[in-house]
Amino acid sequence: MKRANFGEGPGLPTLLLLPQFLILLFFFFIPSLRALTQSVLLSDPFGTTVQFVWLDNFTELFASGEYRQSMWVTFQFTVGQNALTLLVALVLAFATDHIIRGRSVYRTIILLPYAIAPAIAGILWAFLFNPAVGPLAQILHGLGIAWDPNLNPNHALLLVTLAASWKHICYDYIFLVVGLLAVPVSLMEAAAVDGAGPIRRFVSIGLPMLGPTVFFLAVMNFIYGFFETFAIIDAVTKGGPAGATNILVYKVYVDGFVNLNLGSSAAQSVLLMSFALLCTLLQFRYFDRKVNYGV
Amino acid sequence: MVERAPVLSFVCHAILIAGALIVCVPLYFAFVAGSLSIAEVQKVPLPWLPGDQFLSNLQAAWAKANFSRTFVNSVVVALGITAGKIAVSLLSAFAITYFRFRFRMLAFWLIFVSLMLPIEVRIVPTFEAVANAALPLQWLADTLHLADLWRWISGHDVTIALEWNMVNTYPGLILPLIASATATFLFRQFFLTVPDELCEAARLDGASPLRFFWSILLPLSVPNMVALAIILFLFGWNQYLWPLLFTTDKDMATAVIALKNLIPRSDSEPAWNVAMSGALLTMLPPTLVILLLQRWFLKGLVDSSK
Repeated sequence: MKRANFGEGPGLPTLLLLPQFLILLFFFFIPSLRALTQSVLLSDPFGTTVQFVWLDNFTELFASGEYRQSMWVTFQFTVGQNALTLLVALVLAFATDHIIRGRSVYRTIILLPYAIAPAIAGILWAFLFNPAVGPLAQILHGLGIAWDPNLNPNHALLLVTLAASWKHICYDYIFLVVGLLAVPVSLMEAAAVDGAGPIRRFVSIGLPMLGPTVFFLAVMNFIYGFFETFAIIDAVTKGGPAGATNILVYKVYVDGFVNLNLGSSAAQSVLLMSFALLCTLLQFRYFDRKVNYGV
Repeated sequence: MVERAPVLSFVCHAILIAGALIVCVPLYFAFVAGSLSIAEVQKVPLPWLPGDQFLSNLQAAWAKANFSRTFVNSVVVALGITAGKIAVSLLSAFAITYFRFRFRMLAFWLIFVSLMLPIEVRIVPTFEAVANAALPLQWLADTLHLADLWRWISGHDVTIALEWNMVNTYPGLILPLIASATATFLFRQFFLTVPDELCEAARLDGASPLRFFWSILLPLSVPNMVALAIILFLFGWNQYLWPLLFTTDKDMATAVIALKNLIPRSDSEPAWNVAMSGALLTMLPPTLVILLLQRWFLKGLVDSSK
């Protein structure tokens, strides 16, 4: 709260807030409420009959093998993507912190995928690993691996995980580089005088001080994996083969817009909302720490 | 850098070169494939050096994906989201930081809540909202039985059917994506760091709130606005799910969505050369933005995520 302010009546501030609130009302609050109400309704695809069914949509979801498979796939995909992204970003950030010449050149190149839409990242990797023409697929075939993401579920999942990570490493990387810059040089020097080598210093000083950043990035990676990778799935595998890449957010879309099963789709939306809320709450823990300790 | 360690810096350079290669290999092969003829791109193994068909593939992609129209759409949508979000956020951040009014905290929390849900989780109801933005008013009319009321007053039968369809329109593409409050909080954080004395001095000089906003606060916010604008432009350009739902009219598709239709499917001719040159074309504008405005971009990225 500002000490200095224009303490006038509610007229002007209301006017200033109006555009924001109109947009939020129409495109955020009403749709979110609709999702909540729809999730307890059962309507036929043409919307002619609507019936209140309590929590049937939810119990049906958890009973369906398809939904449980989707949850399991999402789990594998997001955890794999998160681990790969963080690990590679950490190694790259560590390396960037230890060199002097050429920093900005490396940084510029590694940042490039941020500009590239997830869908395009997916298309690039789909080409590299295309069993008929892709150069990387040809290398795999040369090694005697029957690589075919169109048929083999594991290959498909691996492909979208690689594409999703490739697109997102730059994000984690830049936060880790910034985080490492904040580690006091005097601390590192003191450790060096005590005989700790660069890797020891990174593990014992750098990493713990990066802790909150790594936590924040892990949460952001999960949000990215859960929601923004929709484009990769839709452009590359369409959830297949045999549901192997049918992650939760893609299933919401297919059930809602292709199968027109609105009640189930809304119930799935509500479950995803809860997950998004959880992630946001976790992020605030990070905010709190930043405020308390002024890192 | 605390001590000299030539071996370590060598290893670090090797790691970074490997990282840069991981970034560049897909881009390089996209370029190679994009410069081959359709016969060459199907050869096994794929040539490692580019061919001479790059320009003709670009032309083919440009025509096939309707880029002369879809690029314009992408520019309009990306700029619309950027300008809209910044304008709306600046105003509301100004309201909640510089005024004391009764429902200030309520307004604050309502905006705050909207930070939490990405558009992906509420696509079906949001689509309904855009398909008929007047729907809430219709519900209101239905619940209040306005039609019956009117019949009772005037004796005429009326049906109230309100409709405002925004599918296949720019507002329909842009407005739902403005509805997130990240930018509001970014500006609020920034306004809180602006010295109180500026506001006091402006008031002593008799400046109205809007005058203070326009002549003092806005110029001070320019660096933040630029940084945020870059992030939002990339966000808008790279949107996928939302424009995808709007491709009922091909002329309203964005470049990324149009590109999707170039990807060879199993039953079509494997024209990966055209698809790859189209991909390079579509990623060109955001890449240029990042390369040219890198310093601002980094600031915007780190700011807007906290």
